[in-house]
Amino acid sequence: MATDNDSGKPKALAIPKEGYFALQQGRYGPTYPRTPACHGFTIIAKIKPGTEEEIRAYGTRIEKTIEANPHALAPLQLHYLRWVLFDIGSDKYFMYQGIFDTDFDKYTEDAIELFKATGVNTIFEKLEGFPTDWKTSAPAFIKFVREHQCPSFLEYGEYPYVSAGEIKKALALKQAFSSMLDHMQ
Amino acid sequence: MAAQLDLGDIQHFLLARTPALAARYEFLSFESVAAGRAWLAGLVPKVGTGQSVGTASPDARWVTIAFTCNGLRSLGVDDAALATFPEEFRHGMAARAEILGIVGDSGPDRWFGDLASPALHAIVILFARDAGERDRCERQHREYLSTLAGVDVLSALNLEALPPFDGVAREHFGYRDRLSQPVIAGTGEQPTPGSGSPVKAGEFFLGYEDESGAPPPLPRPELLSRNGSYLAYLRMEEHVGAFRAFLRRQSETRDQQELLAAKLMGRWRSGAPLVLSPDKDDPALGGDLQRTNDFLYKEADPHGYRCPIGAHIRRMNPRDTAENMQRRKMIRRGGTYGPALPEGAPDDGVERGIAAFIGCSSLIRQFEFAMNVWVNDPTFKDLDNERDPIVGNHDDPFDMTIPKRPIRKRLRGLPAFTTIRGGAYLFLPGIRALRFLASGNAEQLS
Repeated sequence: MATDNDSGKPKALAIPKEGYFALQQGRYGPTYPRTPACHGFTIIAKIKPGTEEEIRAYGTRIEKTIEANPHALAPLQLHYLRWVLFDIGSDKYFMYQGIFDTDFDKYTEDAIELFKATGVNTIFEKLEGFPTDWKTSAPAFIKFVREHQCPSFLEYGEYPYVSAGEIKKALALKQAFSSMLDHMQ
Repeated sequence: MAAQLDLGDIQHFLLARTPALAARYEFLSFESVAAGRAWLAGLVPKVGTGQSVGTASPDARWVTIAFTCNGLRSLGVDDAALATFPEEFRHGMAARAEILGIVGDSGPDRWFGDLASPALHAIVILFARDAGERDRCERQHREYLSTLAGVDVLSALNLEALPPFDGVAREHFGYRDRLSQPVIAGTGEQPTPGSGSPVKAGEFFLGYEDESGAPPPLPRPELLSRNGSYLAYLRMEEHVGAFRAFLRRQSETRDQQELLAAKLMGRWRSGAPLVLSPDKDDPALGGDLQRTNDFLYKEADPHGYRCPIGAHIRRMNPRDTAENMQRRKMIRRGGTYGPALPEGAPDDGVERGIAAFIGCSSLIRQFEFAMNVWVNDPTFKDLDNERDPIVGNHDDPFDMTIPKRPIRKRLRGLPAFTTIRGGAYLFLPGIRALRFLASGNAEQLS
């Protein structure tokens, strides 16, 4: 996918139904393109009845994990993660949306290791159809994620194609300048 | 506590590096189940084990046998059993070539020796102390085949170490080779400084605990899969003339050429790593196995001023700048083929390169990850439009950034220094499994 290097020019990209423009096989399935809103996924799955409170409790747990170790999720090259619970009829659904800088096929095993370490599995295990052998079978875990991934049909970036690393570098530079100016007062 | 390695059952291939200066790979096809079994029955007694072969092996030749998925089927393994083997192995390397970046000039439609053919069933790997012994064994195998019907040699490849035969392995570009290799936990071997902790046996052999802390499920029947490994075979031509011409084109002096060669690799041709010796070669360091791997990147060289982020060794082993490194380790075996191109000689058009096997317990997690991400991901570690300068696919123009003060150097549109000429996914069974395949009957083994 060609990229537009003009990060100051907002950009939208309509995406075919399949989620990609040309089929490019990754190790575990099709790879999805980098869009003005970077790489990402939106996983939607029904939760097992009666597990809503346990899932919500996980929110506090991940908050504490990041507080204790702010770089715990660094290997995922993330911008944002969003966890959402919502109803369809009388069923409760879970949505997990991530925006990051690498195609998720590439570092998928590293992500699973992190899920184990940070306890994300406590949520996934509450989802219907989640493989019970996920700890020993990465392909089963990945199959579940891919089956529940809903590709976007449109993505937009106000500052398109900018990586988290570039943003952090720019902020560090701003901080350095600001500090320098303070010292010159 | 992890189970002890069954050294009497595991083929020696991934356990011991033998003192071989010559080798021959023969790629075979069986016309019938009976023919394949008859051939295998005669060969099994010649296959060395982890128990019988050590680095100080007194033997003159070492035999290894491995099979493609079609090969297991051709020996009578039924589809229900094959379905329990991993999908990537069942599909084979040719079908997974796009994932590996083995496309275009390297694509399976251009491979040599019928390696992309479904008729490829088995490979017999012969390592020998010298070319004379290799040729003697070749004749012996040819005679053996003439006594059997229905076993065809699709192709073969002879390999020989490159001069000056001073005990140092080199490849055709002139770099010292075989400097780092994982140590398998439970073998008693100690890793050299900087080589990381010993890696659990399950990362290489089926039936043992791996770095996840549990043994992964075994394909069925267990008699076939236990103590086995997967091999990825690659025959990689090295374009020595193009490589040398590139160095000359980009550099004004001999020293600059050597520095550029080091920046592409991450090590000087002597083996000395740039992180430890950034400005000039240090052959004593290159040859000292206690020191030549004793470095990391995160603190010593975070921006790649010494060893570029995209240099070959920094991609293939990012050390402390990647996650779960213990789950990405592989064991490489193989050697060089084709004659050395003398320094200063024009390219003679003769194919020369490296033909190697990469051993692991999960092709998708270990080998395919390395090829897909480390070698061919153009945005590896926030690089922009770069691939491994030595082994990446360069059919399209990719660049190489050499960080430098005050201004970095960017090499635009690197030529392809290597082309894949063949490949295969193979299963390397244990000795009991080889006997099972030869007999087709589990009961005969008990």
